[in-house]
Amino acid sequence: MMKFMLPFLIIAPSILFASGTIDAEIKQQPLNISAIVMFLIFVGATLGITYWAAKRTKTAKDFYTAGGGITGFQNGLAIAGDYMSAASFLGISGLVYLKGYDGLIYSIGFLVGWPIILFLIAERLRNLGRYSFADVASYRLKQAPIRILAASGSIATVILYLIAQMVGSGKLIQLLFGLQYEVAVILVGILMILYVTFGGMLATTWVQIIKAFLLLSGATFMAFAVMYNFDFSFNSLFSTATEVKGIEIMSPGGLVSDPISAISLAIALMFGTAGLPHILMRFFTVSDAKEARKSVFYATGFIGYFYILTFIIGFGAIVLVFKNPIYLDGAKQALSGGYPILGGNNMAAIHLSHAVGGDLFLGFISAVAFATILAVVSGLTLAGASAISHDLYSSVFKDGNADSKIEMKISKIATVVLGIIAIIMGIAFEKQNIAFVVGLAFAIAASANFPVLFLSMYWQKLTTKGAVIGGSLGLATAVLLVILGPIVWVQIFGYENAIFPYKYPALFSVSIAFISIWFFSITDKSSSAEKEIEAYERQYLRSQTGIGIDGALKH
Amino acid sequence: MKEVDAKVVKHDPNFKELVKKRTKFAWTLTISILVVYFSFILTIAFSPSLLATPISSNTVTTIGIPIGIFVIVFSFILTGIYVRRANSEFDTLTTKIKENLESSK
Repeated sequence: MMKFMLPFLIIAPSILFASGTIDAEIKQQPLNISAIVMFLIFVGATLGITYWAAKRTKTAKDFYTAGGGITGFQNGLAIAGDYMSAASFLGISGLVYLKGYDGLIYSIGFLVGWPIILFLIAERLRNLGRYSFADVASYRLKQAPIRILAASGSIATVILYLIAQMVGSGKLIQLLFGLQYEVAVILVGILMILYVTFGGMLATTWVQIIKAFLLLSGATFMAFAVMYNFDFSFNSLFSTATEVKGIEIMSPGGLVSDPISAISLAIALMFGTAGLPHILMRFFTVSDAKEARKSVFYATGFIGYFYILTFIIGFGAIVLVFKNPIYLDGAKQALSGGYPILGGNNMAAIHLSHAVGGDLFLGFISAVAFATILAVVSGLTLAGASAISHDLYSSVFKDGNADSKIEMKISKIATVVLGIIAIIMGIAFEKQNIAFVVGLAFAIAASANFPVLFLSMYWQKLTTKGAVIGGSLGLATAVLLVILGPIVWVQIFGYENAIFPYKYPALFSVSIAFISIWFFSITDKSSSAEKEIEAYERQYLRSQTGIGIDGALKH
Repeated sequence: MKEVDAKVVKHDPNFKELVKKRTKFAWTLTISILVVYFSFILTIAFSPSLLATPISSNTVTTIGIPIGIFVIVFSFILTGIYVRRANSEFDTLTTKIKENLESSK
């Protein structure tokens, strides 16, 4: 089924030639002209948007927040777009394809963090901050240590997430377009650097919006086509699927087996979402709290709708792809039996697109998958770059008195550097098992970023000492427990038994963060701590009303 | 926020009303979503067979499926309820607080 794209090499920029030849065996595959054409249209359009955005991106504020001029609806789509990465589209539909109901459990965990972000965080975040969540955490605490902590948490989350996306993209593009792995990773890295350095948040947001629209349309069409085959009866879809794969796909399987793992996963997904820097940053791109709230409402709707679609798509793939000889990986079957599909289970949605819409629709979905990766890595890189330029350079190094032009220059340099790191790491991790990477990113976001952010807004007695020690311990615990856990210790290092028995450390690392922040804050009797506690009241008044927000924020 | 402004805002009855109502509302909704979600997750952990019950005798569809979809829809509806009230009632109060602050100057 692999459709490859020799012509892409001929019409694409010459950069592709520099990186070696295409595998001989791949050349013999049929060409997927439609995927190539659609992807090039996307790249052309988004580069056009970047050019348009570049002319409107003059100050640091434009660069970080698109000048605060994004509407709630647009921002909702962009947030949903950040969430609907290629990994979640292919990964969750692949999980449904493999295990049925378990896929739904996973997607619900990803969704339920949203209402909580809205009820408890979004508004205060919007009322207190300007560009990044570190603005809020450091509002009444000491700038330098808190910014360094928040920036470390952000950069760690961003880089881990980038590695996962880069490796995933390299493999996906290799499979869909027949490009060499390194070429695919470099191509993604370069396009991302172009979008972010020239177009800033405005271009990044529009790339994300367009992609979210394309992905939602494509997934809707697939789900509709599947349901059409079953006269729009879920019952007949499910009963056909169980005839193929057995009745167990209709109920919870082994995804969450014990209560500790279940709660720990739930905490990682919920609090992790509330600590992801590239998501939190989006709340500053809208004009006011009203639009910020609306954006969460639309985002929750789009994400929920998307997860319901992936559930239907996964079941559709069970019926239309599983055991279908066109998609069977004959070589793998000969080795290990069963009915493996080409490219592995995560390709279920891609094969389904071919099954329901032929080569043309397969081309469309392949192009959308590529676009998805580009959009998500751009948002991540922008968040990482702003942590470097706004939090580290401007607030720590320049004490808040940085020249806007120079700050923007620094963020562009940071973007290029992060892009290069992403390319190098993407290539270095090609053959590694990266299953733990996204889990680790969520664990760090939940254990280092979220507790500090949450307590800075809600707990008067929080002091700099408590936040720095507690946040660092949360971060260290999350990293340590992931390394000692079953995925890294057993699957990667090859030891027989894991020292820490659970896959998801969040329950423990988040607790350690909260407890140590509490302990080191209440024992902090310094005079600066006293002032920080005193300053809470004014922060509180502003967080509730938004009075005192920088005039420039209002448009 | 300036010291003088802080004093005005703090003693504004609208401010007290806003904080009281919104805090209660936000935590009520947060607790509802947590209860629904953790009931779901703990059912899966402790008694997965419960969710494996078919919705009727002649179907393979289990009650786990509408329950799962319900959690998704419930999250969406709760955000809608919050946004509706915040964008009308709470924002009106916030505007009043800002007006009072302006007129106090």
